[in-house]
Amino acid sequence: MAEVTLRQVGKVFEARGGRVTALTGVDLAVRENEFVAIVGASGCGKSTLLNLVAGFEHATSGAVLVGGTPVKRPGPDRGVVFQQSALFPWLTVRQNIAFGLDLAANKARKPRGPGVDAIIERVGLSRFAHHYPSQLSGGMRQRAAIAGVLVIDPGVLLMDEPFGALDALTRSLMQDFLLELWEENRKTVLLVTHDITEAAYLADRLVVMAGHPGRVREIVNVDLPRPRRYALQAAPEFVRLRDHVTRLVRDEAAKAAAAESAAA
Amino acid sequence: MDGDARGLTASVPQSPSLATDESRPAESAAPPMHGGDARRRLVNLFLYIAFPGAVLIAWQILASAGLYRRAILPPPSDIAVVLVDLVFGGSEAAGRYSASWLDHSLNSVWRVFAGFAWGGGLGTLLGLLIGLSRVVEKLFDPTVQVLRNVPVTAWVPLSLIFFGIGNQPAIFLIGLGAFFPAVLNSTHGVRQLNRTLYKAGQMMGANQREMLVRVILPAALPAVMTGLRLSMGIAWVLVVVAEILAVRSGLGYLLNDAYQFYRNDVVIAAMLSIGVLGFLSDRVVLLVRDRLLEWNRLESFDG
Repeated sequence: MAEVTLRQVGKVFEARGGRVTALTGVDLAVRENEFVAIVGASGCGKSTLLNLVAGFEHATSGAVLVGGTPVKRPGPDRGVVFQQSALFPWLTVRQNIAFGLDLAANKARKPRGPGVDAIIERVGLSRFAHHYPSQLSGGMRQRAAIAGVLVIDPGVLLMDEPFGALDALTRSLMQDFLLELWEENRKTVLLVTHDITEAAYLADRLVVMAGHPGRVREIVNVDLPRPRRYALQAAPEFVRLRDHVTRLVRDEAAKAAAAESAAA
Repeated sequence: MDGDARGLTASVPQSPSLATDESRPAESAAPPMHGGDARRRLVNLFLYIAFPGAVLIAWQILASAGLYRRAILPPPSDIAVVLVDLVFGGSEAAGRYSASWLDHSLNSVWRVFAGFAWGGGLGTLLGLLIGLSRVVEKLFDPTVQVLRNVPVTAWVPLSLIFFGIGNQPAIFLIGLGAFFPAVLNSTHGVRQLNRTLYKAGQMMGANQREMLVRVILPAALPAVMTGLRLSMGIAWVLVVVAEILAVRSGLGYLLNDAYQFYRNDVVIAAMLSIGVLGFLSDRVVLLVRDRLLEWNRLESFDG
């Protein structure tokens, strides 16, 4: 169905100054309807990993499978939410959300997601349905972007720092909103974030990555009950988990910095 | 989850610099300079007419003072009388040009729009194709880049040799002038497409045709319209050049003929007419642009 499997995945970029190994030997199996967050210092290849699953990039070695099928190109079975919301500025909120449904590929596929109006209602944008994206706040834009992806009913939801450009309060509200949505309508989610609290709060498992070259350092299970509420972030078991992961990420970042200064 | 939406309506932009803040609420997006009260409107009206009014008054006084021969630079009052006769006839103030204005104007307007249509249309099409296809770019872009540096006036001799005297060389020259800004801007429009929007289209499952029609072309439209606006401006420059050199009607011809007969009042009346018609043509392009690009207006102070 909609499980994501990476087997010994490597990615090498041919840059002007030579070859850069962005990922090496990545093994990861995301189960259907599982929420997995990928954390790590910047430059550890976490966005590259997401781009491979999305089909924007191609693995240099190994296999990337979604629902058992190798990923060849981007497609509506894998919805992507970008950091800078990818709303078309010339379409209203409603037209943006309905965009995917009108495409030939999706008409053939018959998405079973909620209708356009139902989802506009659900993301709280009914009053803004006929506004243009430039008239919305960052949080509203991101909700519209999520709605536009959910309406095409992808099996897998890929999110690349979706709340990274929002202020702290809006980000926290958006996290709760995403949790609610996901608990109502579970999907396989792969979330890339540098915010460890966000990752631990939302995900079933955390993939901690190390950089230079990008690889999986450790996979941490988040054994916290659902449904989760904001108060959980103060619970001792949450804090312990977050501190453990933070230490891992910091260690890796420090190692990377040391290696860099040694090379320089 | 209404938190950020509700919190927003409280922060009304107070100054232009605040209005670009992304938290700008939709309801209060009024342009900063358009206050409602009558006093404000009166001040604005004064600001609009102060400069041209002052120029006209100074000109009238200088011309009436008898410091130079009136025929060299006639006062605005004389030109107004000539203009009325030029347009409506009746007073013979414009002499042999009496009541010829409409005919000349229609000729000029027709040539401008004919040249604009072929030059702007073909230029936009080629510009989009250059932006979309590396092959088309390699085939045509070098030629465009070299030829656009040749002033269109340098094409006058060849176009007269090819087309003779008449509408054809005029419309050829005007279209050639309109062509280049249309090419450059529409190419730019395609090239400046936001990478994330392209990826979003791919991710949604858009095929090539859908990507072109629903993502690339709408994204290029603002730049295309900028190109067409420049094309229209150049078309009015070149209609005058063409009518002076290549054809025996139109406001450019009127201007040059009146110059030969030392009728500077008619020359100035023709200049004013060209200015006003050029301005109106620009408004037509802007009107079309604003109809097509309501969303774009909302993002800037242009509205």
